[in-house]
Amino acid sequence: MVGWAVALHGGGGDIPIDLPDERRIPRETALRHCLDLGISALKSGKHPLDVTELVVRELENHPDFNAGKGSVLTAQGTVEMEASIMDGKTKSCGAVSGLTTVVNPVSLARLVMEKTPHIYLAFDAAEDFARTHGVETVESSHFITPENIARLKQAKEFNRVQLDYTAPTPKEPEIFGDSQTGTVGCVAVDSAGNLAAATSTGGYVNKMAGRIGDSPIIGAGTYANHLCAVSATGKGEYIIRATLAREVAALMEYKGLSLTEAAAYAVEHSGPRGTCGLVAVSANGEVAMPFNTNGMFRACATEDGYTEVAIWPKK
Amino acid sequence: MGKWAIAVHGGAGIDPNLPVERQEQAKQLLTRCLNLGIAALRSNVSAIDVVELVVRELETDPLFNSGRGSALTEQGTVEMEASIMDGTKRRCGAVSGITTVKNPISLARLVMDKSPHSYLAFSGAEEFARKQGVEIVDNEYFVTEDNVGMLKLVKEANSILFDYRIPLGCAGAAVTDSPILMNGLPISIYAPETVGCVVVDREGRCAAGTSTGGLMNKMMGRIGDSPLIGAGTYASELCGVSCTGEGEAIIRSTLARDVSAVMEYKGVGLQEAVDYVIKHRLDEGFAGLIAVSNKGEVVCGFNCNGMFRGCATEDGFMEVAMWE
Repeated sequence: MVGWAVALHGGGGDIPIDLPDERRIPRETALRHCLDLGISALKSGKHPLDVTELVVRELENHPDFNAGKGSVLTAQGTVEMEASIMDGKTKSCGAVSGLTTVVNPVSLARLVMEKTPHIYLAFDAAEDFARTHGVETVESSHFITPENIARLKQAKEFNRVQLDYTAPTPKEPEIFGDSQTGTVGCVAVDSAGNLAAATSTGGYVNKMAGRIGDSPIIGAGTYANHLCAVSATGKGEYIIRATLAREVAALMEYKGLSLTEAAAYAVEHSGPRGTCGLVAVSANGEVAMPFNTNGMFRACATEDGYTEVAIWPKK
Repeated sequence: MGKWAIAVHGGAGIDPNLPVERQEQAKQLLTRCLNLGIAALRSNVSAIDVVELVVRELETDPLFNSGRGSALTEQGTVEMEASIMDGTKRRCGAVSGITTVKNPISLARLVMDKSPHSYLAFSGAEEFARKQGVEIVDNEYFVTEDNVGMLKLVKEANSILFDYRIPLGCAGAAVTDSPILMNGLPISIYAPETVGCVVVDREGRCAAGTSTGGLMNKMMGRIGDSPLIGAGTYASELCGVSCTGEGEAIIRSTLARDVSAVMEYKGVGLQEAVDYVIKHRLDEGFAGLIAVSNKGEVVCGFNCNGMFRGCATEDGFMEVAMWE
């Protein structure tokens, strides 16, 4: 009898080890809170699709993560949010991009999956779809936080696309190849072996309008099949070309690797250091959370009582 | 020095009642595009450049479902998408929601080469296009009479139409349930298709590109498999792949990526990888693909009743075909 498991992330990247308490503690608290939400949902028998959706909704609503409220800003100072969700058993999936007023992008992605013959809707049309289906929308300004306005300013000053966890302090972060963070995600498996994965993001600070990253791309930022469920974070361009989320499952399928081996291998081979991380669960209730960046906001729990909330690599 | 190989496609799933003159037109277009690619390869043009120039030709010709001749959205407009990938370093570029750029594949290439990103869409992509100075036209340029007529019929049938008609027993439910599709249509019944090209050059570099207008009567803003790296297009050091068919099925099965993954992780050759993926990865879907390997091989595979395709190798092999 296999147990349930859940893992979630709030983004991986160049998270400075001296992150001040006032920036670290709220995030750790949020991760623990979301983990608890996921745990009780699984304990009450909710399907992993419901679990991942509700956890990601919570992360989207939290202003300190780069998704929903708190999304980083485009070069124009606007938000363009995207998300995707996938059901491992049926491989049904849904994705959205270019959202500007939808409060919970992951829920719209789920709606696309369940209420349209398509998988992926984007921009104005996705917004229209949200309205015709009575999905909660708000003024765009709702999503914009002072922190992100500052980040955009800083990025423009340095005239480059920037990771969104750089503290807006005078210290210029170590040039680690412009490592990126942001994106939130959740993966879950129940005791029946049902799997699901969901990912949501505002993208890159100072990104071009219309830029789509890995988070809404099935196989890149999100993937689930009968073996595992994966949600990735990091530099979108690397995750796309490496089809990172799919890679974990492919390694398990084609090379017979275990979840832990496959996840570690996939992250290691997807690009240079500082480019990505992921959370994954297997049909057997295992969890893996590898990353090749300085840190990754993450949390996980398994039915046997193990829980973890962490930011940097474990010693 | 290795040997080059090239394949092109104009879509999977063909109406067996397709009039002969349309079949001929399709074959001629495929032949012309193949020859364009062959001439380029003989003059040592790189794989990625060959892919772009061949797909441009397919986009410009109104016959298939890409560029001019694209399927229409539910509002009667055209929204195109494309992606291109260079196997050598796995660099890629993609665009969606293109309405005024004459050659979406070239815009995808520019995204890959001239932007810090991999994928641009809708007005952001159009703005990038203007800044890059690519050729811009009105949306009407892409709309053909044939497709306007087709859209009307589809709306009457009130179903999503894949851009080909498939006989009963070999199609998704949406198509088989629609009788209109089975009786001949009053207007020309040629059904346009997604296009693609895969190439390996003499240096063993693989590249792939795919371009489409998407599903007839699709929702505005709907993105299919063609611009999604890993689904409609993929290229690695080992192979280049372009897929066509039921977009949703191709996305779910990350079809293009899987061909390469099977080669990489199971160590099998191109033919075996393509056969495996077509047979085992497309559970309830219908699709086809073309693929080349860094060893100069070319393979086509599909689980539907036909695929417009053409392929050629440096050894002198050349074939343009539609059916099994």
